[in-house]
Amino acid sequence: MPLYVERRPERLITGEGVRTDGRLPYEMRPIKMMVGVLERADGSAFVEWGGNRILAAVFGPREVHPKHMTLPDRALIRARYNMAPFSTPERRRPGPDRRSIELSKVIREALKPAIFVENYPGAVIDIFVEVLRSDAGTRVAGINAASLALASAGVAMRGLVAACSIGRVGEFIVVDPNHDEDMWGDSDMPMAMMMESEEITLLQADGTLTEDEFKQALELGRKAIRFVYEVQKEALKRPYQLVERGVGRLS
Amino acid sequence: MMFDQEILTHNLMKEYIRDLIEKGQRLDGRGLYDYRPIEVLSGTFTKAEGESWLRLGETQVLVGVKADLGEPFPDTPDKGVFVSNVELLPVASPTFEPGPPDEGAIELARIVDRAIRSADAIDLSSLVISPGKLVYMLFLDMYVLDYDGNLEDSLTLASLIALGRTEIPEVELKENGELEVRETKRRLELRDIPINFTFVKIGNRMLLDPTKEEEGVCDASITIAINGEGKVCSIQKKHGTFKMDEILNMMSVARAKWSELAEIVRGAI
Repeated sequence: MPLYVERRPERLITGEGVRTDGRLPYEMRPIKMMVGVLERADGSAFVEWGGNRILAAVFGPREVHPKHMTLPDRALIRARYNMAPFSTPERRRPGPDRRSIELSKVIREALKPAIFVENYPGAVIDIFVEVLRSDAGTRVAGINAASLALASAGVAMRGLVAACSIGRVGEFIVVDPNHDEDMWGDSDMPMAMMMESEEITLLQADGTLTEDEFKQALELGRKAIRFVYEVQKEALKRPYQLVERGVGRLS
Repeated sequence: MMFDQEILTHNLMKEYIRDLIEKGQRLDGRGLYDYRPIEVLSGTFTKAEGESWLRLGETQVLVGVKADLGEPFPDTPDKGVFVSNVELLPVASPTFEPGPPDEGAIELARIVDRAIRSADAIDLSSLVISPGKLVYMLFLDMYVLDYDGNLEDSLTLASLIALGRTEIPEVELKENGELEVRETKRRLELRDIPINFTFVKIGNRMLLDPTKEEEGVCDASITIAINGEGKVCSIQKKHGTFKMDEILNMMSVARAKWSELAEIVRGAI
C-alpha cells in the first residue's frame, strides 16, 4: 500500500487561465542559480526552480577511463542524470532506470553542441546532474545547472545552454509546467537553446499539439529560455563582480 | 555508442555523401524527402499475438506483441499495461554487441512508445478485466535484425502493424473469482496511426529516412511523430542542433507524408 497517493486536482486551469499554483499561463516559477557550490569538482552549480533542487558538477577535461573510450581528435562528453532516492514523494530505487538513461543521453546531446570538443583531444568531460528534489521540469533545470557548471569549470563553450519546458493544459499553452500539469496536463515540450545563435539543442515532446499550438509553444519556449539565460549569465558573473571601497581609514 | 557511426563510415564516403547532398542528391538516387521501399513480409515468424516483419530498404525489423494477464500499476488501476522494449541484436550490425539494452536501444523504445501513447493509439482502458486487480498486459518487443539506418521509423511502422494485427484471447472473470480463458479472440483496436518521421541535417539540407551512412555523416537528427489529425504527438531531437524554421519545415514535410505511410500500415493490417 503506497503511503503517498497522488491526487489529481479537480481542475488544472480555470477559464481565465489561472493554474493550480496560482500562476498565469506565461508566468514562470521562481528561479535561483548559484555557481561554485562544490569544492572538489572542477565546476559546479546549484539550481532551485520552483520546488526543484538540482546540483550539477563537472569534472575535466581529464584523462579517460576506461582508456578505450578515448577519442583521438576531440573530447569525450559523458553526462549522468540521477535522481536521489529522496527526491520524490515515494522513495525511488537508487540507480539508473530507463527514464534516467534516456535523460542522460538527451542532456548530453543538449550540452555537447555548446562545447568546443576539438579543444581537448583525448580527454573526457564528465557532467553530473543530481536531482535532490523533483518538482516537474528536472531535465531542463538540470541542463541549466550543468551548463553553468561547465562554464564555471572553464570549459571552452560556444555559449551557455539554457532550457525550459512548455506545456499544454486544455486550450492553454503554459510556460514551465508545474507538478500537476506535468502529471495530468495534455502535453509537455522540454526545450534547450544556445541563445546567442538561437540553435535548438534539446527538443522533446509528449502529448499532442496542433500545428498552431506547436508554433505557439516554440515561440513561448524561446522567450522563456531567453529569460532563463539572463538569470544564468548573472549567476555566472556574480562571484566575479567588482568590489569597491572608498578611502579606508583605520583607527 | 551505436549511433557514433564514424566507426562505420569511411571519411572519403562521408565527403562524397555531403557533396552529393549539397546538390540535393542522395547516394541511392532518392529525393530528399523520399522513403526507401517499405515491404512487409508475409508469413508467420513468431508465437506472438500480433507480429510484423518489415523491411525499409536494407533495414529489417521484427516486432511481436505478446499478451499476458497481470495486475495494473497502482496509479492506473483502470488501465491495461503496455510495455515497449527494443533489442539491437548482434546479427544486425558488426558494431552491435550482445548485452542489456544500451541507451540507444532504450531511447528507441521510448520514441516508439511515446508516439503510440501520446496518440492514444491503443485504448488501454479496454484492457481492464477487473479494475485495480486484473488487466491485460501487452508487451511490444522490437527486434532489430538488420541495421541500415532509421530504426525509429521502421520500428514504429512495424509496431503499428503488429498492434493492428494483435488478437488476444477473451477471458471471463466468474462470480466465484475464477478466470475462464475462452477459445474466442478479440482484435486489438488501433485507434490512431501515429507515424514517426526521422530527419537528419547534412549541411543546410534536411533529409528524410536516413541510411546508416547518412546517419554517420549527419550534423543533427530528429524524430517527429504526427498522428491522423496532423497533430504532433512526440518529438525527440537527438544529436546536433536545429533552428526553429528548420523544425517547422520538417513538420510540414512530415504532415504531407503522413497518409502515404498510414496507407502502408492500414494495407498491411
